[in-house]
Amino acid sequence: MKLVGEKLAAARGERRIFEGLSFEVPAGSALVVTGPNGSGKSTLLKTIAGFLRPAAGSLKLEGQFKGLDAETPLAEHCHYLGHANALKPQLSVHENLRFWQQFYAPGRTVDEALDAVGLPGVGDLPAGYLSAGQKRRVAIARLLAAARPVWLVDEPTSALDAASERRFAALVEAHLAQGGIVVAATHQQLGLAAALKLDISQFAESRAA
Amino acid sequence: MIALFLRELKLASRIGGGALTGLLFFLAVVTVVPFGVGPDLKLLARIGPAMLWTGALLASLLGLDRLFQGEREDGSLDLLLMSEHPIALIVFVKSLAHWVATGLPLVLAAPVFGLMMNMEPVAIAASVATLAVGTPAISFVGAVGAAVTVTLARGGLVIAVLILPLVIPVLIFGVSASYGAVEDPAPFLPPFLILCAITLFFAVLGPLAAGHVLRHAAD
Amino acid sequence: MSETAIRRASLWDFANPTRYLAIAGPAIPWLAGVTALLLAAGLWMSFRAPADYQQGATVLIMFIHVPAAWLSMFCYGVMSVSALGTLVWRHPLADVSLRAAAPVGAVFTLLALVTGSLWGKPMWGAWWVWDARLTSVLVLFIIYLGLLALARAIEDPATAARALAVVTLVGSVNLPIIKFSVNWWNTLHQPASVMRMDGPKMDPAFLYPLLVMALAYTLFFITLHAMNMRNEILRRRIRSMRMNAAREAGGA
Repeated sequence: MKLVGEKLAAARGERRIFEGLSFEVPAGSALVVTGPNGSGKSTLLKTIAGFLRPAAGSLKLEGQFKGLDAETPLAEHCHYLGHANALKPQLSVHENLRFWQQFYAPGRTVDEALDAVGLPGVGDLPAGYLSAGQKRRVAIARLLAAARPVWLVDEPTSALDAASERRFAALVEAHLAQGGIVVAATHQQLGLAAALKLDISQFAESRAA
Repeated sequence: MIALFLRELKLASRIGGGALTGLLFFLAVVTVVPFGVGPDLKLLARIGPAMLWTGALLASLLGLDRLFQGEREDGSLDLLLMSEHPIALIVFVKSLAHWVATGLPLVLAAPVFGLMMNMEPVAIAASVATLAVGTPAISFVGAVGAAVTVTLARGGLVIAVLILPLVIPVLIFGVSASYGAVEDPAPFLPPFLILCAITLFFAVLGPLAAGHVLRHAAD
Repeated sequence: MSETAIRRASLWDFANPTRYLAIAGPAIPWLAGVTALLLAAGLWMSFRAPADYQQGATVLIMFIHVPAAWLSMFCYGVMSVSALGTLVWRHPLADVSLRAAAPVGAVFTLLALVTGSLWGKPMWGAWWVWDARLTSVLVLFIIYLGLLALARAIEDPATAARALAVVTLVGSVNLPIIKFSVNWWNTLHQPASVMRMDGPKMDPAFLYPLLVMALAYTLFFITLHAMNMRNEILRRRIRSMRMNAAREAGGA
């Protein structure tokens, strides 16, 4: 399995954000996308997730992964952890995770996923009672509770303390070790040992504009 | 999909008593009318079906603006779009859940309000039947309005303005079927069947259109 | 100085609901028992009351209907006093009392409306007429439901308490309207025949069962109110315990 982008360009309205962007992420590796604000890190993730249509170029997932065939659109292989946590404050943590687990393909059990992010025993609490960092960790637990091979994470460690950041890095390593793919947009060091780096500001539209 | 349906119902029952507010609004509309037109029981009995329909129509518009807005604000909409289920089906299930949570209580309460309007039993039964098959159409059309206004901070009024013209046919056939059941020359069945057809039509068109809008509104 | 004041305030907060639970817990079974006895006695007396020469047996509905209507207003009165308690004295139990009374009051009002409707059909020939008494009681019912919806809509109890108290007080203007509607306007509903300045105007054969029923209803309300207050206090404790659990989860 391999995530390949060729000569990608993205536009927001009339403005081209980046163009001529090519990358290749083989199974078991992470791509860390860096660059200053507004350089298009989030746009790249949203393009891969299928929310935005690429203005030029192509994106595909080559090879197969556990029962998903080549016909399945790229977006259905992907987990997206955006700036929002997609938690309903009125539902309990368990109900929140259980829903995504049923709606996507099941992965680990909800309790295992919560253990993995260091929040055992919060399952019965309404998600609205949690702090910002705890909500982020529950959102990360979603990546584990529902199984999808490609993780698209946008500033995943925002609101996390140092211990949780390390725990997240370990979860990413574990996911990669199982043959997954991670694309992360971040300012911070994620603490990944071996990761492909992509500085997106190189692909900004030609200076003439 | 069943998971989505159950989640919607759970949310509806936990967020600020959505069904209760809709019912209260319905009750308030029905209560206000006799003050406006006077407490003449004969007059009330004659305008009863129309009042029930108008009240139910307005009450079921409540809460429509939140159909996708909450999902968008907390990022759930993106995740719903990335699922393997077609977006039109997701919209259909969400609209259906919206109807069960807000429309169905209105239908069930309508007989009581009918008694208060001094309507005959036949007229009440006809009104309830037409409301039961007609109000789902409002939720399905409403989904289009909710999708279009999903990015607006104050979508509630815009939705009402967008949706009301579209649901006027529902109102026309709903009320004429209700009258058809009581007044002799007018038939009941033809307008009732047209009403069923309208609901089925919107059940397909609404989710398709709303799904299309949502897919392209995401950014 | 300020620190001791804070400590005393928090102790006061804590002590009152606890003391309430300690008193209410043992009292509730007794209250419930007396209510059941009085209700049984009241019903027995009601069924032995003679049939009215005009209304026949339908007059028996009165023994259910009239106390329910009284209680619908009495309960709102309790809520108004509780609202004052919240706004003026900031008593921690006042808000609990208001919240606990609202659903009970709504049910009594509904009972009054439904039994009135059942009584109205044989008497007036319609299930419902839009006269001043009926409409103002219907408005009371809407106010009750509105308060319930408001209580559910606001998540934080402290914010909800103020909003509920203010709305309750504003809504209390409806009480005198209900009471005097039968005197101010020409209505189908009969005027007051028990609570009058010149004393009750009713045959003792009806009056005594009615008074017993009214007493039973009042005790019934007090019992339900006490039970519901206990539930509300426990509900709040669970809430704060869960908040604490959330805060402590997952370490620092």
